Amino acid sequence: MFLKLVPRAEHSRKMAYLSPLLAGVLTLITGGVFFYLQGHDPFFALKTMLYTPISDTYGLAELCVKTTPILLCAIGLAIVFKAQVWNIGAEGQLLIGGLAASALAVNIIEVEAAWAMPAVMLAGIAGGALWALLAAWLKTHFNANEILTTIMFNYIALNLLIFSVHGPLKDPDGYNFPESAMFGDASLLPILVEDTRVHAGILFALLAVVIIWVLLARSFIGFQIKVLGLDASAARLAGFKDKKLVWITMLISGGLAGLAGAGEVAGPIGQLVPQISPGYGYAAIIVAFLGRLHPVGILFASLLMALIYMGGEMAQIELNMPLAITGLFQGMLLFYLLACDVLIGYKIKFPWSGMDTVTSRAEQH
Amino acid sequence: MNTPTVSSNPDRPKRLVMQGITKQYPGCLANDSVDLDIGVGEIHALLGENGAGKSTLMKIIYGVVKPDAGQLIWEGETIRIKDPAHARKLGIGMVFQHFSLFETLTVTENIALALGNEADDMKALAEKIRSVSARYGMALNPQRYVHSLSVGERQRVEIVRCLVQDIRLLILDEPTSVLTPQEVDTLFITLRRLAEEGCSILFISHKLNEVKALCHRATVLRAGRVSGACIPTEEDASSMARMMVGDETPISMDYDKVQGQAVFLQVRGLNQRSDDPFGVDLKNINLDVHAGEIVGIAGVAGNGQEELLAALSGEDIIKNHDAIHFPCGPVGHLCPEKRRRKGLAFVPEERLGRGAVPDMSLKDNALLTGFLTGLIKNGMIDHEGTESFAKKIIKQFKVKTPDSGTHAKSLSGGNLQKFIIGREIMQNPQLLVAAHPTWGVDIGAATAIHQALIDLRDQGAAILIVSEDIDELFLISDRLCAICDGALSPIKPTPQVTLEEVGRWMAGMFDELLPDEKTPEANIVSLQSTAAAVKTH
Amino acid sequence: MDIDLITNILYAMIRTGTPLLIVALGEMVCEKSGVLNLGQEGMMLMGAVAGFIATWLTGNLFFGFLMAIVAGVLMSQLFAMIALGLNANQVATGLALTIFGTGLSAFIGSGFVGNPIEGLDVIAIPFLSEIPVIGKMLFAQDLIVYLSFVLFGVIFWFFRSSRTGLIVKAVGENPHAANAIGLPVMRTRYLAVAFGGAMAGLAGGYLSLAYTPLWAENMTSGRGWIALALVVFASWRTERILLGAYLFGLASILHLVAQGLGFAVSPNLLAMLPYIATVLVLVMMSRNQGQSKMYAPISLGKPFHAGT
Repeated sequence: MFLKLVPRAEHSRKMAYLSPLLAGVLTLITGGVFFYLQGHDPFFALKTMLYTPISDTYGLAELCVKTTPILLCAIGLAIVFKAQVWNIGAEGQLLIGGLAASALAVNIIEVEAAWAMPAVMLAGIAGGALWALLAAWLKTHFNANEILTTIMFNYIALNLLIFSVHGPLKDPDGYNFPESAMFGDASLLPILVEDTRVHAGILFALLAVVIIWVLLARSFIGFQIKVLGLDASAARLAGFKDKKLVWITMLISGGLAGLAGAGEVAGPIGQLVPQISPGYGYAAIIVAFLGRLHPVGILFASLLMALIYMGGEMAQIELNMPLAITGLFQGMLLFYLLACDVLIGYKIKFPWSGMDTVTSRAEQH
Repeated sequence: MNTPTVSSNPDRPKRLVMQGITKQYPGCLANDSVDLDIGVGEIHALLGENGAGKSTLMKIIYGVVKPDAGQLIWEGETIRIKDPAHARKLGIGMVFQHFSLFETLTVTENIALALGNEADDMKALAEKIRSVSARYGMALNPQRYVHSLSVGERQRVEIVRCLVQDIRLLILDEPTSVLTPQEVDTLFITLRRLAEEGCSILFISHKLNEVKALCHRATVLRAGRVSGACIPTEEDASSMARMMVGDETPISMDYDKVQGQAVFLQVRGLNQRSDDPFGVDLKNINLDVHAGEIVGIAGVAGNGQEELLAALSGEDIIKNHDAIHFPCGPVGHLCPEKRRRKGLAFVPEERLGRGAVPDMSLKDNALLTGFLTGLIKNGMIDHEGTESFAKKIIKQFKVKTPDSGTHAKSLSGGNLQKFIIGREIMQNPQLLVAAHPTWGVDIGAATAIHQALIDLRDQGAAILIVSEDIDELFLISDRLCAICDGALSPIKPTPQVTLEEVGRWMAGMFDELLPDEKTPEANIVSLQSTAAAVKTH
Repeated sequence: MDIDLITNILYAMIRTGTPLLIVALGEMVCEKSGVLNLGQEGMMLMGAVAGFIATWLTGNLFFGFLMAIVAGVLMSQLFAMIALGLNANQVATGLALTIFGTGLSAFIGSGFVGNPIEGLDVIAIPFLSEIPVIGKMLFAQDLIVYLSFVLFGVIFWFFRSSRTGLIVKAVGENPHAANAIGLPVMRTRYLAVAFGGAMAGLAGGYLSLAYTPLWAENMTSGRGWIALALVVFASWRTERILLGAYLFGLASILHLVAQGLGFAVSPNLLAMLPYIATVLVLVMMSRNQGQSKMYAPISLGKPFHAGT
C-alpha cells in the first residue's frame, strides 16, 4: 500500500458529512472522464445528465414523481439498517405492494367512494409489510440470513408479478397484453399540481420522513433500535427484545416499500404492468447509505438518485448512451462513498510525510 | 514456593539488551525510552500496571510491533526484528495472554502454523510435540482440537509451540492469570528447569508474590517509562508496588468481613445445557446470596462463569423457572428488564461491547440500563433527565471524561468501568451481580471500585462477584466459593478458606475430606489427573 | 419416466449446476479466509460480458474464458481495495460491487445483446460416455464441466491436506492470532478474494460462452446469490458444495422436467423454484447454529486492522 491508515481516537463527525459530498464530486469527475473517453464533451454530457432534466417546471415535477418511491423505500431502510438488519428486499416489497394494491384496485374499478384510494394504499402497505415479515420470521425463528432471503424474495416477487400480469390480473379486454385494467379514478392518488404527474404520494413520503426522524431521535424504541445495531450484546444485557425489534423494523421498512409500490401503480402508472420499478428498491440502498441513515440526508440523497434516473433517460435520448448508464453511476457513487467513509474512522498518512513527531520527541529525553 | 535457585548474577552474558525503546500510538506514548537487559539463563520480571506499556514492549521484541526509536542488541549484535518469523528464527518464543490459538484446528496444526514451512511432516511434528511436552511435564495430546482443551492446557500448547524450536528467550505475558494456584506451581517448575538449561525468560506480571518467588531480576514500568529496577528477593511487595503505581495512589486496604442478613438471591438445583458446542453445561448449582454481604466465585475462565452469569442476568432464560428465586418469587423465566425491575443490577465482563456501547455517548450509555429510573415518558426519551443522570454518575464516581457526550470507547478501561459500575449502583439495586469488576483496570480505579462495592454492601445490597483474580476475591468477599466445569464448590466464609483450598476447588476437587498432609508435589500430580479427568467428558 | 429422459435430466443437471459449483467454490475459499464478498453476482456478470465480447471480437473461445477470468479478478480487487485496503463494511462493499457490476456489464454489453456465437463444444469421452444413464452426465460434457470436476478435487485437497489451506482457515478463524504468530493475514485475504473473483468470472463466462451461449443484461439471474446461499447450505465443506450445486441445478431445470412429463404449470411459477429452494435450504441449514460452527469461519465479515 502507498497510504497508511492511522485510526482516529474518535470518529470524525465532520468527515461523516463531508464524505458523501466528496463521493459525489469524485463520481462527477469519473463520469466526466468516462464521457470524454466515449467521445463526448464531458461538460455538456454532465449538464445533459444532471441539469437539463430539471431545467423546467415539468422536469422538477417529474423529479418529485421519481423521488417519491425512492424516498419511501430509503427512509424505511434507514431504520432497518440502523438495527443492522440487512433488508436488501425493498425492491421485492415494493413489487408485492404494487401487486397487492392492484389486486384490490382492479376489483373496485367501479367504486367511486372516497375509501377506495386509502384502501388501495393500505393493501400496498400490508402486502409489502407481510413480504418483509416473512423474511423477519425466517430470521428470528430459523436464524436464516436476511440478506440472502430478502434477495431471493425479490426474485420470487418479480416472478409473482409477471405471473399475475400474464394470468389472474390480466385485463380481459386488453388484447392479451401483459397488463391489468386501468384503475378506477377513485383508486388513484390525487394530482397535486395541475398539468404534472406530481401526486399525493410525495406527501406520504415527506410524512414518513418526519415520523421516522422523531422515532429515531426521540423515542425509546428508536434508541433500542440504535443500540441493537451498534452492539447487539449490550441490547441483550439491557433486556431489549431483539426479535421484537427485528420485526418492528422490518414491518416499517416493508410497509413503506409496499406503499411506494402502491403509489406507483395508483399514481403515475395507473395500472399494473410488468415493469413498475426500474430498481428503485436497490437504488434506495445506495440512498440510505449516502444519506447517512439520517432522514434529512436521505431526503437529499433521494432527490439526487431520482435525478440520476432522469439523467440516464436524458443521456439515452440526447447522447445516444445506453440506459444502463444509470446503474453505472449508482454503483460508482456507492463505491466512492464507501471509500471516502474510511476518512471517518482513519486518518490517511502519506509515505512522503515521513515519520511523525514521535521520533523528535523521543530524542529530547 | 521456592526461592530462585540461580542467584542473580549481573555478570552473566547478555542475551538481549534494549536501549531507548520508544513507541507512540495515537493519543498515547506506550513506551518512552525504555532500557532493559536480560542475561542468559535469567528469569527477568517485567512489572507494571495495566497500560504501563508492558505488552507493547514485548510485542516489539517479538517483531509484531516496530519501535519508533531505540535499538535491540541480540547476543551482542544490533538487529532489527522484521516480523515474528524472524524473531522465532533467532530463538525468541512468546506465550500470549490472549492465546493466539485456532480453536477449530488440532494441537499439531496449531503448532505447525507457527513453525513455517519446515513443519511439513505432520507425523514427525506430532511425535516431537509428544516428547517435548512429556519432558517438561506438560502432557499434551497432539491430535486434540484446541476448542476441547481447558485454559491451562491451551497455555501448554502455547509454551510447547515455543519449545519445539531451539528456544533462547521465552516471553510469557501474564501467564498465571488463567491458572489455579497449583497449576502456577507446576508452571514455575517448568520455567526454572528451562532457565537452568540456559534459556532466558521474560516474565510479565503484575503479581508481586509470584515475581518474588520466581524471578532473578525485575524491571518496573510506569506510564511507558522505566520507573525502577530491582532484585525481587531483596525487596518486599510494598516497595515494588510503589515503583509500579507511584507515590500518590493509595495501595489496597483491608475491608471488614461481615455477615449477611436475609437471603436475597436463592439458586436451587440450577441445571442448564449450553446451546453452544464450545460452551459449558451448568450442573446442579446451589447458591444463596444474603442482603448485606459479598459472595465471591473464583474459577479459571471457561468453566461455566459466562453461562451462570447469563442465567442470573436473564440473558439466557432457564428451563426450570423455580431454580432462581428473588424474595418476590421465582424469576428464572423473566427477561433482563423484568429482573431489573425486581432489584437486579448487572455488570458484565465485557466493558466495551456489552456493558457499554462503544460508539454511543456516555449519556446514551447511561440510558442503556438506566431507562427504568423514570427516564422514559410515553415512549419518548427524557433527554434532560438522562443528561443529568449521566452527569451524576460521572461526578459521584469520579469518571475522567471531557463531558457526557464523549463516546464510551474513548474512555480508559478503568474510567469506563467506574462509569458502568456507577450506573448500576445509582439505580439502588438490591442485588448486584458483577463479573471481573477490576479486570484490566489500574490500581487507583480498582481501589475506587472495591470501595464502591463495599459501600453498596454496607447499605444492605446483596452482591455476587465472579472473578478470576483470587487476590481480589479474598480482599472483598465475605464468603467464597469456586466454579469448575459448570459445578459450584461448597461456600465458606472467607476467613476460613485457604488459598490452597480455593485452588483445589478451582480444579474441581470439592471433596473436603482430601488429606491436606500431602506434599505440594504430590498434590500437583493428583490435581492434574483430576483436572484431566474432569476435562475429558 | 423413460431412460432417455432421465439421462437428459442428469446431463442438464450437471450443466446447470456447473456455474453454481464454480462460483460457490470460489466464494467458499474467500469466506474461509474471513472475507464475505456479496459481489458474486456483479463479478459473474462482468465475467459473462467480458468473455462474450472477447470471443465475439476474436472468435476465440479460450481467449474469451481468459478475459472472463481477468474481469472477475479485476472486479474482486476493486472489492478488496475498499473492503480490505480501506477497512470498509464488507456487506455494503459487496452490495456495491453487485450494483456496479450489474450497471457496468449492462452498459458495455448493450451493443452485443442478441448476437449469436458458436458456444463451447461437448467432448464425449469414448466408451465412458456410452455408459447408460450416467455416461452422458459425466463423460459427454464440455471442457469447463471437466475443469470444474478438477477444481473441486483440488480445493478438496487444499483444505484437507495443504499447509496453505491451513493458513487460510487460521486467518479466517482468528486474524489477530494469525498476525501475532506471523502469518500473512492481508496477503492471504487478498489472494482468497482474487481467487473468488477468478472463479466468479469463469462461471459468468461459462454462462455466456457455453451454457446459453449469448449475452443478455442480468443474465446470471441471481446465480451469484444462490451460490452464496450454497456456501451456507454446505456449511463450508467442499463435498457438500458439490452436492448442493447439482441439487440446485436440478431445481432450476424442473420446468423442463415438468414439460417432459406433460404437466401444465405456468413457467413463471416454475421459474421461482430455485429461489424458493434457496430459502428453504437456508432455513433448514440455519436452524441449528451449533452444527456448522466447527466449519464456519469465525471472523467472517469482520474487518481486520493490524496494529501499526
